[in-house]
Amino acid sequence: MKRVLFFISVISIALWLPASAAQHDEYPVASPPFSEGIFPCSSCHAGLELNTKKRELKDEHTSIRLHHAEKERWCLDCHNGPDRDKLKLADGEIIDFTESYRLCGQCHGNIYRDWRAGIHGKRVGFFKGGKRTYFLCVNCHNPHDPKFKPLKPEPPPIRPERQYGK
Amino acid sequence: MMSMGALAGLSLGSLSCTRAGMEEFLQKHFREMSEDEKKAVIRRLEAKYLKKYGKKVRISTQQAEAGVLWGYGLDLSRCIGCRRCVYACVNENNQSRVNPQLQWIRVIRLKKGSLINLENAEHYYNPETVPEPGFMYMPVQCQQCENPPCVRVCPVKATWKEPDGIVVVDYNWCIGCRYCMAACPYKGRVFNWAEPNLPAAELNTEVHYLGNRPRMKNVVEKCTFCIQRVRQGRYPACVEICPTGTRKFGNLLDPNSEIRYLIENKRVFRLKEDFNTDPKFYYFFSA
Repeated sequence: MKRVLFFISVISIALWLPASAAQHDEYPVASPPFSEGIFPCSSCHAGLELNTKKRELKDEHTSIRLHHAEKERWCLDCHNGPDRDKLKLADGEIIDFTESYRLCGQCHGNIYRDWRAGIHGKRVGFFKGGKRTYFLCVNCHNPHDPKFKPLKPEPPPIRPERQYGK
Repeated sequence: MMSMGALAGLSLGSLSCTRAGMEEFLQKHFREMSEDEKKAVIRRLEAKYLKKYGKKVRISTQQAEAGVLWGYGLDLSRCIGCRRCVYACVNENNQSRVNPQLQWIRVIRLKKGSLINLENAEHYYNPETVPEPGFMYMPVQCQQCENPPCVRVCPVKATWKEPDGIVVVDYNWCIGCRYCMAACPYKGRVFNWAEPNLPAAELNTEVHYLGNRPRMKNVVEKCTFCIQRVRQGRYPACVEICPTGTRKFGNLLDPNSEIRYLIENKRVFRLKEDFNTDPKFYYFFSA
């Protein structure tokens, strides 16, 4: 019996290792857009007691206005309580900030599918023979307020009759 | 000077007969350039640009790779009409900045629900912020047709389709007749009506002979999918700048490419497909 268990654990580790390694190779993501000096979160949170009560934050992170299904969730649904330098999936798996697309993909499945295929979002650099960077969801969408904000357009072209100083 | 345009013109033309037959027809007026002659042309141009702009310009003549046919995807559900692509293109491809102002991308604004009504397209729109409610935006540039009408009308074969599908212009061979501009149903080509106005400080020195090398007065120019970048495996400048990830690029012959995925999985159309131009520029809707 013990031997069977041992085998199962060996096999599962053997299966898990290449899978997790491949995941990082497959999505060479950009670095998450942290506000300056905010990461690692543990530099402040390590000494703080974990308060799991849903509440409005009055002392810190006051600039964050949650506008992303705010009635249904709050900080610790996505941020991992015991280790703040990580994120937490709905099934309890702890992931790095560089894998945050998996967190977003839990709800936005069709977008996640398109993102993995390179249709949603942006990839820059070399598509062949060099380094390619995938933008994370959070590089374009503020996770606390994800709707894309309007932009000022670049100037329109000069009308033909205005060219050549006429 | 014998230029590369003539070279391609000969290989594409109707002279697919014997060498003797070709010589009889051409009467030694035209001949293919040797590798050394091409190198001499590149050296001459580099020296000319150094003198004009005071900067060392590196002119690539990188050839098309076999098994590659470039295709472009543009997501009309995402474009917000911010024109970042227009100016990224101008900076990358050394267009004349002003008098004449030349741009290879034209972003047109259309009323929602009236997408095919191109007569009502507006490309001078200038609101405080985009997107505006009730409108959508459609960037138009060279569609890199497989059956390009511009190539067919060129009387001197100064423009042709490369093996990887990019339609290019040999600026030193173009005579400025602008037949190609009249033939193009997409307004994909622009003309240097005056001496190009390109400040030396803004010159991009990484250029391709058939792409973004500085142009001269009285020649036609157009989008080349950033030939100098894509032949090195880099995304075009407009793809990289787009803040909404609207623009997609890839090899149509590679079944795992992004462009193939969107053609197979999204609602796709090509502009003015009924003209039988067979564009390799795919507009799609992701949502």
